[in-house]
Amino acid sequence: MTSWFPLWLSLRVSAMATIFASVAGIAVAYVLAKGRFRFRSLIEAVVTLPIVLPPTVLGYYLLTLLGVNSPIGKSWERIFGAPLVFTQTAAVIAASISALPYVVRTARAAIESVDVRLEAAARIAGLSEWQVARVVTFPVAARGIGAGVALGFARALGDFGATVMVAGNIPNRTQTLPIAVYDAVQSGDLDAARVGSFVLGAIAVIVLLIVTQISGRKL
Amino acid sequence: MTLKIAAKISSGLFVVDVHYEARPGITALFGPSGSGKSVSLAAVAGLLRPQSGTISFNEQQFANAEKSLHVRTQDRKIGMVSQNAALLSHLSPLENVAIALLNSHDRAQRQERASHWLGRVQAEHLAKLPTASLSGGEQQRVALARALAGAPQLLLLDEPFSALDQTSRIAVRSLIIELVAELKLTAIIVTHDLIDVAALANQLVLFEPGRTVASHELIRGQTAELARLVGLTI
Repeated sequence: MTSWFPLWLSLRVSAMATIFASVAGIAVAYVLAKGRFRFRSLIEAVVTLPIVLPPTVLGYYLLTLLGVNSPIGKSWERIFGAPLVFTQTAAVIAASISALPYVVRTARAAIESVDVRLEAAARIAGLSEWQVARVVTFPVAARGIGAGVALGFARALGDFGATVMVAGNIPNRTQTLPIAVYDAVQSGDLDAARVGSFVLGAIAVIVLLIVTQISGRKL
Repeated sequence: MTLKIAAKISSGLFVVDVHYEARPGITALFGPSGSGKSVSLAAVAGLLRPQSGTISFNEQQFANAEKSLHVRTQDRKIGMVSQNAALLSHLSPLENVAIALLNSHDRAQRQERASHWLGRVQAEHLAKLPTASLSGGEQQRVALARALAGAPQLLLLDEPFSALDQTSRIAVRSLIIELVAELKLTAIIVTHDLIDVAALANQLVLFEPGRTVASHELIRGQTAELARLVGLTI
């Protein structure tokens, strides 16, 4: 690790992944919390999969899904003129998938904990289901949802296995900070590994403090 | 403006067989805990679906189990005040009232109408205070303003006084009597307190566990007659 590029890339990838994982994750969390439909358990299992799968296995599946021989990979290459894998975009996708279950599970718990009497009162006051969600459910669950987003960011920032499988380890192109730490240890550059680890550790501690602060405070 | 209910409703824990009519004025649902009073109110509000039977108000069917008809809560145009005022603490009291006007007025009109209704329940001074800082009586006033702001013809009151001290209880009770009469509403109140029944109601529906057993006309304030109807000796 000879530059701050890995940190900058990690922050950029994590920020974008957090946005994607949050938009998709909060929507999925709402549907899982409020919906009563077939295949709900299946969707829940699929969304949770990135937590239980070994990161390299998740990366392998993503590589299969997005690789140059896959329908998605071929379509991407046809539209953009270059493969999707081993790019920063692939790193964002891997980090988003890794972060998604953390957002979904935390946001879902927060949405389910909203007092149903508040939502019922809003319906009686004439609000549509979307208005109930906008005026009651999401604002009341905001702290829990915020904690989920923060956890998702931390997970995206720390992702190694899935990212290295689909984005590779290309210095100054796709090498994120966790991968750079690994690279530094492999090449014997322990000072660089120490700095990278300290930075990642410090960010993780800050995020955990934020999560504790957010979710511990009463409404 | 008569509510008619003849339905079997499941609360999830028990089934209640409910038959009564509520005419303009205040109808009290009285009976032991767990007899199904609040369950019947939840069904009128559309929060529960009857297993069988019908619920209608002013010739509009709210629910008809045989025809799988269930009008959405939002479309029943009712107002409701519960034991828990169910106010949103991230909104001011004024904004809590204004949500009942979200679909019918623009922002400026909403503020004006919400302010008007807070004034009607003598709570205008609470408009901008933090909602969480309000006392139980103040919260119930705001909840009453929200219930009335949507211009309902049917007002449901589910133990609205149970968390209030005596002074607040008397004040909110007087407000309800005044506003129901002025707005010509049909109101249904669930209560465990005979004094509430005597002070408020001009109709009484008696519940036993799982069913309604009788319905009586009342003259407000005639406590001796009321005591006889509910089987008390005074």
